[in-house]
Amino acid sequence: MKITFPHMGNTYIAAKGLFEDLGNEVVLAPRCSKRTLELGTKYSPESICLPLKINIGNYIEAIEKGADTVVITGSCGPCRFGFYHVMEQALLNDFGYDVKIIAFDPPDGKPMELLKRIIEAMNTSNPYKIIKSGKKAFKIVCESDALTDLANKKRPIAINGHQIDMIIEEFYRDIEYTHGVQEILHLIKNTKIRLNNVETDAEKRPIKIGIIGEIYTIIEPYVNLDVEKKLGHLGAEVEKSLTPSDWAKHHIFSFPFGSKEEKSKWEAAKPYLSTLVGGHGRETVGSAVQYAQQGFDGLVQIFPLTCMPEIVAESILPSISREHDIPILTLVVDEMTGEAGYLTRLEAFVDLLKRRREDKNNEGMLLRG
Amino acid sequence: MSLKIGIPQGLFFYDYFPLWKEFFNELGAEVVVSCKTNKSILNHGVSNCVDEACLPVKVYHGHVMELRDKVDYIFIPKLISIQEREYGCPKYLGLPEMVGNSISDIPNCIDVNVNLIKSNSRLMDAVIETGKYITPNVTNIKNAYKIASKHHENYKSLISKGIIPIDAIKMYSGASKEMRPLKDKEPVFMLVGHPYNLYDEYINMNLIKKLTDYGIRVITPEMIDASKVDYYANKLPKRMFWSYGKRLIGSSFYMLYERKIEGIIYVSSFGCGVDSILIDFVQREARKNGTPFTLLTIDEHTGEAGINTRIEAFIDMINRRKRNENYISTHG
Repeated sequence: MKITFPHMGNTYIAAKGLFEDLGNEVVLAPRCSKRTLELGTKYSPESICLPLKINIGNYIEAIEKGADTVVITGSCGPCRFGFYHVMEQALLNDFGYDVKIIAFDPPDGKPMELLKRIIEAMNTSNPYKIIKSGKKAFKIVCESDALTDLANKKRPIAINGHQIDMIIEEFYRDIEYTHGVQEILHLIKNTKIRLNNVETDAEKRPIKIGIIGEIYTIIEPYVNLDVEKKLGHLGAEVEKSLTPSDWAKHHIFSFPFGSKEEKSKWEAAKPYLSTLVGGHGRETVGSAVQYAQQGFDGLVQIFPLTCMPEIVAESILPSISREHDIPILTLVVDEMTGEAGYLTRLEAFVDLLKRRREDKNNEGMLLRG
Repeated sequence: MSLKIGIPQGLFFYDYFPLWKEFFNELGAEVVVSCKTNKSILNHGVSNCVDEACLPVKVYHGHVMELRDKVDYIFIPKLISIQEREYGCPKYLGLPEMVGNSISDIPNCIDVNVNLIKSNSRLMDAVIETGKYITPNVTNIKNAYKIASKHHENYKSLISKGIIPIDAIKMYSGASKEMRPLKDKEPVFMLVGHPYNLYDEYINMNLIKKLTDYGIRVITPEMIDASKVDYYANKLPKRMFWSYGKRLIGSSFYMLYERKIEGIIYVSSFGCGVDSILIDFVQREARKNGTPFTLLTIDEHTGEAGINTRIEAFIDMINRRKRNENYISTHG
């Protein structure tokens, strides 16, 4: 059995560690590229959302490298992600790819089914072994998220921000040749030290931007056209409202109650949106309120075209922007998104935020004088 | 003066209007319905809604705009779940919020949550909560609901006899009418789609009438028996968690397997997330079954000529197929 899984930010690092630790062979899909998107767009229905198209591209590229089993997670509504694995299996079969998709669906009344699938994918039925490796994998997720966060923090204040990009790029290159949890954690640690050694300019006062929206588009750098990197080089410190480690905490380790952090977002969203809307719509609204309260300079919402929960959030955000006095930029991505237009909008937004901050500072001075 | 309650003629209108209207009337409130979708409603909707929303949601915003100055309350229920373990589309789940944040100074909304995800028995709570806007008397509310349900049952039985909901909604309170018997060789088409796309004559450009004018008998998902729908929807490898999704999948699979239909026309609004999954399932099954399938995508720019051409072409194709099925040209 040669296992592969779709790309979603740093999650592949943890998944790779987990399966390799349990003695499975892992075939990593090449990192998302233009070819991935083209393959995905060609083989998927036109009106489906972007993540599925990229998934399909990932699978095909992994199959070309020899993979025969795909492992993904599932959900039970109301977002269409719940039908991804059914549809993806049908699509791949249509085009003559003989692969099996194993989906970890929430139990939904059939806990044995989930257990059976876990055992099938993990290649062992020893629960102790699975839980142990699962915990280690979770550690990788947290560590690699921390690494990305560190890079995002240092990029705007580094004397040469491109140095950060080089270190991160090397990290992603090396990860493909690193196997098992121990080695991966070691590599992460080394990279962290290197990042910490990058010289910074204490004079720089970066503006703070929160990124909110649909989890896949926030996390996967190819899909959001490296928004963190772009904003970082424009002199903004970026924080993401959702990360793979948050997701794992909420859906796996606190099952079925949900993590504290996510619940605090629901609480913050309450005056605007009191019930669930599927996906991460409610979290988007809640994070927007929280970031505004924490004094962020601006927010960027990103979601794939036709994403239902985020459209609901999008229509609520103007009220938050008005009441909390925080600018919010909404970016919708799909396979036709052009990089130049995207960059222009980000530049304009950052300019606006910088200008706002200057105005605020001047106001203070005038009052004092 | 009695309370005026506005019901927008969009989204769930063709599913629940008789129920809602009779319920409010029984409680002594006056029901005001927005007029049928027209150009000005569409324009108002488009300019008062986020760009990314789908056409029916935009149109719904237009209907709310139309009612805005005419009523005391607008009834915008939040249908989170209308059936145990099933959901609505995420946009219905945030509908009152979408409307409330996009349209300025709207009158009070009756935005009751209907959430039966855990248990079907929660329905009565929602009914009582709605009724309390008008009267504090719970017994009256329950009675009114009982009477309204009867009308609703009547309406549904008309539809199951094969009467298009557009007509059924006008005559549900009168005597029930039998469907005219099927004529010989009358071709039967299945029209699949969300009710708000199928029955809104403005946004789908009179599609049903166009087809009947060609002498075609139209079957829609609402006409299919619920038990059949359940049975066939279970054929999917995964439980369908959208209520509308279940109806569309179940009814079209039923028609494909048990009844003779000439073709399936799927009407979808651009950007519909639920449809993006359903279309693929229905189309795949139709292909396996050898039944012609076509997709009409509608949005606020759709030109009528284009729709006409596609319908004509589809009907021509089916006629040709019937006529020349066994003819294979020797010239290749």
